[in-house]
Amino acid sequence: MGLPDILFYVFAFLTLLCGVLVIANPFSRNPVTSAMFLVLTIISMAGLFVLLHAFFLAAVQIIVYAGAVIVLFLFVIMLLDLKEEQRRKIKFFGVAAGLLSVGAIMVIFLKNLGATLFNSSSLPALEGDTASLGKLLFTQYVLPFEVVSVLLLVAMVGMILLGKKDLK
Amino acid sequence: MQVGLEHYLVVSFLLFALGLLGIIVRRNLLVIYMSLELMLNAANLALVAFSRFNNKLDGQVLVFFIITVAAAEVAVGLALIVALYRKHQSAHVEDLTMMKL
Repeated sequence: MGLPDILFYVFAFLTLLCGVLVIANPFSRNPVTSAMFLVLTIISMAGLFVLLHAFFLAAVQIIVYAGAVIVLFLFVIMLLDLKEEQRRKIKFFGVAAGLLSVGAIMVIFLKNLGATLFNSSSLPALEGDTASLGKLLFTQYVLPFEVVSVLLLVAMVGMILLGKKDLK
Repeated sequence: MQVGLEHYLVVSFLLFALGLLGIIVRRNLLVIYMSLELMLNAANLALVAFSRFNNKLDGQVLVFFIITVAAAEVAVGLALIVALYRKHQSAHVEDLTMMKL
């Protein structure tokens, strides 16, 4: 077992641990704590991206998610002045439905995983660096790229409209 | 044992399951939104792993677009939550029952 394999287990464990702490933290039910653990989840996931040789995406993940998205979350938490979530009694039906749906997805997942043959012995030489990704983005995927820029403009206008004081 | 595609898929599935459970169990709108982000990230991880082990960069381009759309979605969604909070002074899903008959 080489160093990348050990690093995979470390990052996977960190990702899942922080993911659990986002949704069910036994010490605090404050949304700020959840947001902080979401940052840790995203950073360890960027580590997994690096192990998959997706260097550009690892950088984008940290800049966009751990930077912009979490700052937005924290801003809104601050703006709303949220109190700690009270311990309301958890509805049995909701938890049962959640576990049932997760179990159903797990059955499908495991069946497909068992039925597929993987040839992970020969690792391909794929590099997700900025140059190769950018080349693909500006040749084959140039139309989706432009559409996404329009989408960002629409989101910006919508957000300004929704943020107005008296919503009509 | 060498780490292969199936290892990444298992991590991705577990993360997706965590996000799903969070959406169903938690009652705070903002935490539900964070769980949604967790699910999106799980899909991203699976896509990057597929892209690596199929030796094609297209999966990573798709992840790039997903990250962009997710950022736009977070911006609009949080604006909606703020507007909702201004109107009802609560970010709990149990207090937001005005669509009930």
